[in-house]
Amino acid sequence: MRGASQPPLPPSAGSEVIRADRLEVAYRDRLVWRDASFRVNRGEFVAVIGPNGAGKTTLFRMLLGLQRPRGGTLTIFGATPHRGNRKVGYVPQRHTIDNETHIECESLVRMGVSGTHWGPGVGLARERKAASGALAAVGATDLAHKSLGSLSGGELQRIFLAEALVGDPELLLLDEPLSNLDLKRGRELVALVAGLVRSRNVTTLLVAHDINPLIHHLDKVVYIANGKVATGAPGEVITSETLSALYDVPVEVLRDSRGHLVIAGAEESLGGESG
Amino acid sequence: MTNFSWNLVTDLRIMWQYPFMVNAFEAGTIIAVVAGIIGYFVVLRRSAFATHALGHVGFSGAAGAVLFGVNPVYGLLLFTTSGALGMGLLGKRASTRDVEIGTVLAFMLGLGLLFLSLYNGYATEAYSILFGEILGISTFGVAFTFWAAIAILLVLLVVYRPLLFASLDEDVAEARGLPMLALGLVFMVLLAVAISIAVQVIGVLLIFALMVTPAAIAVRVTRRPLTAVLVSVSVAVFSIWAGLFVSWYEQYPPSFFIVSIAFVLYLAVRASGAVSARLLERSNRTPRPELATVHESN
Repeated sequence: MRGASQPPLPPSAGSEVIRADRLEVAYRDRLVWRDASFRVNRGEFVAVIGPNGAGKTTLFRMLLGLQRPRGGTLTIFGATPHRGNRKVGYVPQRHTIDNETHIECESLVRMGVSGTHWGPGVGLARERKAASGALAAVGATDLAHKSLGSLSGGELQRIFLAEALVGDPELLLLDEPLSNLDLKRGRELVALVAGLVRSRNVTTLLVAHDINPLIHHLDKVVYIANGKVATGAPGEVITSETLSALYDVPVEVLRDSRGHLVIAGAEESLGGESG
Repeated sequence: MTNFSWNLVTDLRIMWQYPFMVNAFEAGTIIAVVAGIIGYFVVLRRSAFATHALGHVGFSGAAGAVLFGVNPVYGLLLFTTSGALGMGLLGKRASTRDVEIGTVLAFMLGLGLLFLSLYNGYATEAYSILFGEILGISTFGVAFTFWAAIAILLVLLVVYRPLLFASLDEDVAEARGLPMLALGLVFMVLLAVAISIAVQVIGVLLIFALMVTPAAIAVRVTRRPLTAVLVSVSVAVFSIWAGLFVSWYEQYPPSFFIVSIAFVLYLAVRASGAVSARLLERSNRTPRPELATVHESN
């Protein structure tokens, strides 16, 4: 694993999508985390895990070019992140949409194609085709003409996923898509995302505070806590040793009969939610 | 005037022999089209309070213009536009702007009070700004309305999609590179100009009936944005035409009829929506298990 205080990485390989070298991040004037070095390769499914306020969304904001690192370097596709990168699909945690939004789902998904187009003259047929393709990819064809305000949490997440997918991104950033879902819907969504990662070879970062629904699908974990970042394969990161070093207090990772992890110790001292 | 006949075309022809009625229908129609379109974004962006506030801010501007002997519409434009820019700059996110809007509103209404106290013999002017005076629109008023409307529609033609995107899904639109602050300001200025011309017809106190009610009806009738804009425009045009028509025969203020017609339509749509929701619930209760499952929170 690549722990908190390791030397910079060796030069990049061709399939590298994200590369962070000694990355240091501040929110306003407060240091959020520092000294994070990791890379994400093409087609990897990565979970970004950590307690609330640890700076998971901040990582996304930097990848989207909405915020600059305070120190170190961050590149995606070999370049500095910039706003409006068409290779990046994004599902934020917060949405303007609520049950008073009386607009059909297809119209939102189409925004993913034409929403940044100024002036008249958009190929309507192409736009419709792309939208129905994206809706089909997330299994939401039957929701196309339903009102966004009438959907359940799980259905909404699939529509947001379609909106992100419709531009055919190479990198998907999903911020807490599981946070409002019950266990069953959460698993369904994870299976859907994992399927998309494999079938489209789209690199995906998913922010969550519980790793358990994801653990069997992941290639890599970026664990952010206590101002530090640990990354590596799930089996390397979610261990008593790594998490104890991360949290600076003794942490024990327990495994139940079906492979679910329970992280004990971190909650009391740091208010973490990993469970 | 003349008596009502069931031949509506003949009725209209008779009304249109009077230039003030022609002006009223022309300006009213132009404003209805603009208000119907802008209103859709008002509903989508939840900017109803901003609309309400800008109308009131416009009152102060009109009062100031009258005090200085200028055409009220210039005062309206100046105040609504600067108020809109202030509100847009102070509150970045459309959804959390209430406090900023209220603060700007209170200050600018204070100015209105000052202008009002400095000007004597103000009552009739103030009355027409508050409640509109569609039957008193001059030929200049119509021309001004027309060119302002053309400007609004041209800008809308350019920003329509990004504005829709930014209104519907703020964070994604920002990440996709849309200039959110600029879009918000452009929308606020469009709203300000639309309100300034609509005040002549409906007055600052009744602005809601044109800028919000038709669009609120539209989003309950259709889920497609473009169709909703068309419905919204149709409702606004119908309200104005029907209001003018009725006021020709019943000598009460046209604004009253316009507002009432829009309100009745709104009630009808809400009532039919409630009925159809209940029917849908009943038909869903039995055979379709995947739709009948309990929705997750949020």
